[in-house]
Amino acid sequence: MEIKNLHVALEDGTEIVKGVDLEIDPGQVHAVMGPNGSGKSTLAYALMGHPLYEITDGEILLEGENLVEMDADERAQKGLFLAFQYPYAVPGVTVSSFLRSAINAVRKARNGGEDDPIAIPEYRKALTAAMDELKIPREMMGRYLNDGFSGGEKKRVEILQMALLHPRIAVLDETDSGLDIDALRIVANGVRGLVGPDMGALVITHYQRILNYITPDFVHVFVDGRIVEEGGPELAHRLEAEGYDAFMPEVVGGEA
Amino acid sequence: MAVPETQVVAEIGSDYKYGFHDPENYFFKSQKGLSREVVEAISAHKDEPEWMRDFRLRSLEYFQARPLPTWGGHLGDIDFDDIYYYIRPTEKQAKSWEDLPPDIKQTWDRLGIPEAERKFLAGVGAQYESEVVYHKLKEELENQGVLFLDMDSGLREHEELVRQYFGTIIPQNDNKFAALNSAVWSGGSFIYVPPGVRVEMPLQAYFRINAENMGQFERTLIIVDEDAYVHYVEGCTAPIYTTDSLHSAVVEIVVKPGGRCRYTTIQNWSQNVYNLVTKRAVAYENATMEWVDGNLGSKLTMKYPAIWLMGEGAHGEVLSIAFAGDGQHQDAGGKAVHVAPNTSSVITSKSISKNGGRSSYRGLLEVAKGATGSKSKVVCDALILDEESRTDTYPYIRIDENNVDIGHEATVSKIGEEQLFYLMSRGLSEAEATAMVVSGFVEPITKELPLEYAVEMNRLIQLQMEGSVG
Repeated sequence: MEIKNLHVALEDGTEIVKGVDLEIDPGQVHAVMGPNGSGKSTLAYALMGHPLYEITDGEILLEGENLVEMDADERAQKGLFLAFQYPYAVPGVTVSSFLRSAINAVRKARNGGEDDPIAIPEYRKALTAAMDELKIPREMMGRYLNDGFSGGEKKRVEILQMALLHPRIAVLDETDSGLDIDALRIVANGVRGLVGPDMGALVITHYQRILNYITPDFVHVFVDGRIVEEGGPELAHRLEAEGYDAFMPEVVGGEA
Repeated sequence: MAVPETQVVAEIGSDYKYGFHDPENYFFKSQKGLSREVVEAISAHKDEPEWMRDFRLRSLEYFQARPLPTWGGHLGDIDFDDIYYYIRPTEKQAKSWEDLPPDIKQTWDRLGIPEAERKFLAGVGAQYESEVVYHKLKEELENQGVLFLDMDSGLREHEELVRQYFGTIIPQNDNKFAALNSAVWSGGSFIYVPPGVRVEMPLQAYFRINAENMGQFERTLIIVDEDAYVHYVEGCTAPIYTTDSLHSAVVEIVVKPGGRCRYTTIQNWSQNVYNLVTKRAVAYENATMEWVDGNLGSKLTMKYPAIWLMGEGAHGEVLSIAFAGDGQHQDAGGKAVHVAPNTSSVITSKSISKNGGRSSYRGLLEVAKGATGSKSKVVCDALILDEESRTDTYPYIRIDENNVDIGHEATVSKIGEEQLFYLMSRGLSEAEATAMVVSGFVEPITKELPLEYAVEMNRLIQLQMEGSVG
């Protein structure tokens, strides 16, 4: 995936993302690290096609195709995935039935608009295997999606969705927030296991700790809507030691 | 694969799935409008006993004396002089599928009744026009002593039983439309379940209006004797007509001590029908009454299934769902009246409004003096899909007893942009995502429906969403 000169504004015209260039190849993990309020989540939402964030300039190319004019469902069908920081609840719809509908929607799109539903035994097998991998209890598939889930359960189910939808590029928005250390390890290992020849990942985070488990190939420091520094995994350690102050515009002077 | 142009043209605007209708072929049709003569003709045609004829005539007087209700929905456009009050489609009832007239059979084929019956019907009483023409009882039901007849046959064959209960749960002067039904009723079901008998299969009836300007006034009476159980299921579909049509039924149910009755309705009248129905049950000691009531179609529905908890330990539940689309007003809810001590009730109402539709929850909770230790919970949730649509809540509560436990919760929610975005980010279209949220919203009720109804309900929601988005 190639992001070129991406500018994103709110409905009132306020520009939040001010020209971002990024290239993510399959098998790679990129980390975007930035302080609160830097526009990280806006970047994640805009990539996925959130209707409240307008892309005012630039391109998002996935395997050469520009996604900018597409709605979120089309972007997903093309192979983009966003693991939400705050996933939404859908009472009355079970995890299992939701996931099957999503898989079938993606399969339909990839089959030229003709229905191509996954066979039930195949689906059950894939679902239970992925749940076991992420140490999600089987009973969870019968619960309503994110309804009454703990923070850790929500994050695991996000990764479960990622595992079953087979995206080309996965964007993870603050996936480490609200996770205890055991849950973090399970989730991170799950993501690491999915990165490969078919999938690259963009990990958006404030803290370095998730990167202990998903070692990034590239680290991008994101401040005030721009990438201000780039490097390898060692950059994440430097940030952890020194904080973001060194990268902040002087007038802002950092934050608590 | 090309569709002929004529077919395309014919289908424009015919968004109502069951909007076909067969040529009219009736043996007897009363004149339009309502009078003593019409009521007498109906009674004479059915060869009814004198007490029923008198009951009808007195009801007519009550109907004429009562003004139209000024609450609920707008009723002023109903032209009572422009309605046929009785049509009898065939000379006598058919006992088996083969005996049915071909055009009626054709209509039912399109509704899928034979298949449904093959699957799990214990017996079918189906109303086509004003009278039941097809009726069948499985042998095991007869062997158990269960009566499942159309109301006209019930009156003929079990007159004393009918006379004992008819009009006692819903008096003929209860309200204007109950009075109308009492004057001109025709068809409906009569069910009696003897003590201790559990009817394991749901009893089902299919209803259908099929004549322009024709009213439908079926009358149902269900008596569940001590420790007996029955589940009665009624589903409605009706074709489209250009002028208004009136459906005004009365359903009376008696559940004796220890008995249990569940009554499930899914009505999907076409959108020119006024659906004004009075449903009431009485439950005695430790009896349970459950209404499951789905209102999808019609122009205006006013329907509030009621349960009178008459004996200690009686329990009542109302599960109500309403779907109001363009030009529709669903004024629905439930009533629970606690008369005896330690009775309990739960009313759960879910409504969905879209494309300018209006849904209202209207409910009554009453606890009489002396009904100590009674518990009641009322939950009404409304989901609004767009800015043009509307929902209201009218909860009436009268408590004359201190030692009670009463809860009332009401929520109104909109499908949020964020929630849709979340679902769409997984590849679902906006329509699919919306349908998913709506299906989830009504799931507490669909999971209580027989499977075929649950499937049909979800399918209808999908169709509605596809129509409303994009």
